[in-house]
Amino acid sequence: MSVFPSTAAAKKAGRSKPAASCSPKSRNQKAAYLFVAPLGIGFAVFYFWPLLQTFFYSFTEFGAFGGNTWVGTDNYVRVLKDVTVWQALGNTLIYCVIGLLALPLAIGVAALLNRRGLRGVAVYRALYFIPFVTLPVAVGLVWNWLYNGDYGLINEVFEWFGADRRYWISDPSTAVYAIGTVMVWSTTGYYLIIFMAGIKGIPQDYYEAAELDGAGPLRRFFTITLPLLSPTIFFASIICMINSLQTFDLIYIMMAEKNPAIGDTQSVVSLFYKWAFIENAQGAAAALAFLLMLIIAALTLVQFRLQKRWVHYA
Amino acid sequence: MRRRTLLYGAMAAPLLAACSGQSEGKESGGRTTLSYGVWDVAQVPGLQKVIDAFEKENPGISVRMELTPWSSYWTTLKTAMRGGTAPDVFWMNAVNLQLYASNGVLEPLSGHIKSDATPVDRHPDALVKIYAYQGTQYGIPKDFDTIGLWYNKALFDKAGIKYPDATWTWDDVRDAAAELTDPRRRVHGMAAEMDRQAQLYPAIHGAGGYVLEDGKSGFGDERSIEGLRYWTDMIDRGWSPPQSAMVESKARNRFWSEKAAMVYEISAFSGQYHAVPAIKDHGGVTVLPKGRERATIIHGLANVISAKSRKKEAAWKFVHFMAGRKAAEIQASAGITISSYEGTQDAWFKSMPQFDLKCFVEMLEYAVPYPSSKNTAVWENLQYPLLGAAFSGKGGIESAARTLGEQMDRALKGERA
Repeated sequence: MSVFPSTAAAKKAGRSKPAASCSPKSRNQKAAYLFVAPLGIGFAVFYFWPLLQTFFYSFTEFGAFGGNTWVGTDNYVRVLKDVTVWQALGNTLIYCVIGLLALPLAIGVAALLNRRGLRGVAVYRALYFIPFVTLPVAVGLVWNWLYNGDYGLINEVFEWFGADRRYWISDPSTAVYAIGTVMVWSTTGYYLIIFMAGIKGIPQDYYEAAELDGAGPLRRFFTITLPLLSPTIFFASIICMINSLQTFDLIYIMMAEKNPAIGDTQSVVSLFYKWAFIENAQGAAAALAFLLMLIIAALTLVQFRLQKRWVHYA
Repeated sequence: MRRRTLLYGAMAAPLLAACSGQSEGKESGGRTTLSYGVWDVAQVPGLQKVIDAFEKENPGISVRMELTPWSSYWTTLKTAMRGGTAPDVFWMNAVNLQLYASNGVLEPLSGHIKSDATPVDRHPDALVKIYAYQGTQYGIPKDFDTIGLWYNKALFDKAGIKYPDATWTWDDVRDAAAELTDPRRRVHGMAAEMDRQAQLYPAIHGAGGYVLEDGKSGFGDERSIEGLRYWTDMIDRGWSPPQSAMVESKARNRFWSEKAAMVYEISAFSGQYHAVPAIKDHGGVTVLPKGRERATIIHGLANVISAKSRKKEAAWKFVHFMAGRKAAEIQASAGITISSYEGTQDAWFKSMPQFDLKCFVEMLEYAVPYPSSKNTAVWENLQYPLLGAAFSGKGGIESAARTLGEQMDRALKGERA
């Protein structure tokens, strides 16, 4: 799904020249298939086959130790009737919206870092990128310390300003946003790299021309950078949305089992984990996973439809 | 052509891995090597001593411990069961016994017990019963734990209150909690954490209620609710931090750092309490205070044998040995947990002379077995999300408990279907 926009983005970024179009010669074709084969096989074995299996299992009930019985659409009925599923779905959409905030943040920082004459760009880039390559477990643990209601740094800072101490991740009214903040913090660097490459691909001539016409930095950003970056933004927003819809690890690490806010922070995937691995309801979990896949597919389709309105391929 | 061989290679790889995994535990030089699945790293040194003693008695058998952390123990075990690589002997708890036994993956032990005269009757009856399913014994307990009331003598002295003892009732606890609470120093009289084994279940039974009886939930029962209210009241009155605070620093951590004067705790944690200098110096423990009734929850781990094991004879020898006096004594003197074999607890008491650990054994008289059914995890997972708000000082424990009762009944009905 993401193959098309990523090549578009890469083209924009000037990273790769457009490959010679597939010639009708069968020899070339064979070679091409051979090159794609490792990926194709990997995709078939690790993605497509499990997908089919999941679809099959969603119509069965699992024995705890293997063996399954056909139950028809029972699992889907359970999924649609369960209140916790709808709650998890709502939470997941909140994560998705918060997660998308990483994009404007990354664009802003990327634009600032691309100023001519700025020194130490590599250092900044690395600093922003480190959270993304840090293990989610480590990220979750460290942020749990920061958020801690009794001795967390964040509360200390808030106290300077006279605000009350809070239990950020165990208060249902703040927990989902606290986790969302960590999500944004840890992914911004990734999109920053993509956007920096995207901005580098915009020809300098445009800027010089605009400067001659008297356009200030803000004007240049909104009339040149943003429109010409739109294919990259499109690619990033799809990746970002899919990733946030699959949020799991941070919740798993940061939310203890006894956390009273657990119902308000549980995502679809963490609910899936609970059903499949703790409650022995693999069939229902498979149905839930399939439902999530349909939602992701639908939202991605919508984004592709909408792209005509705002994405400019120069 | 090439693609096909690649695919075959890909398919064969996991098979090979599985084979090597199995043969690893097999025989090495005429000896039978048993694998023994455990989850508690704190018990490993003590268990190794037991194993050494066993190997001395049975030169042909060696036992290798396979440590899996608690957080992934059951998932790993289930996967290993499906793949046929499960340990020969492994730890079982009350929550999972019926699930495993009803699926036929555990070796029935009743026959062995009879023919070898295994001293099962020397272990607490309430505990042995947990590991029987439909009249067949599937596991033999190795240790047990009950819940006791821990208190901080220094904080009690400061407030000028007599230490808790066997005469205490819930009213005494409430009075003391109120006196001991000092908001300025952020000290609470009690740490009423939402924990099913250490807090919820003992209070429910102490109030005369029940958790599970004849396949029905007791959470909607008036007396059970009274038991839960014992805790939520303390939170509402500010004598205990709310659950939202205890997610971030657990009840026992609050007690260790002397920010909570009292806490209910499982005996298995005594060693960790002993390791905290302040608590070792002026911590105390006694039996649980009396509510409407006297009650505590008893639970303990059992050794079970995998039905798929290929070394059942050796495995049984090991489990039989673990059920005996000698193994129990070695285990108790390691100071980690109370051996369940009658009369072997002295060594455990002596390992921590600062505390009056006898109280944990005195409570056996009225100890209630840890409740369980065929798929315990399903209804136990309903508890914390549903009771969470009430334990965070938001009130509404009555309706929360009733909702929990209804949902639990539905889950229990699902088990029978």
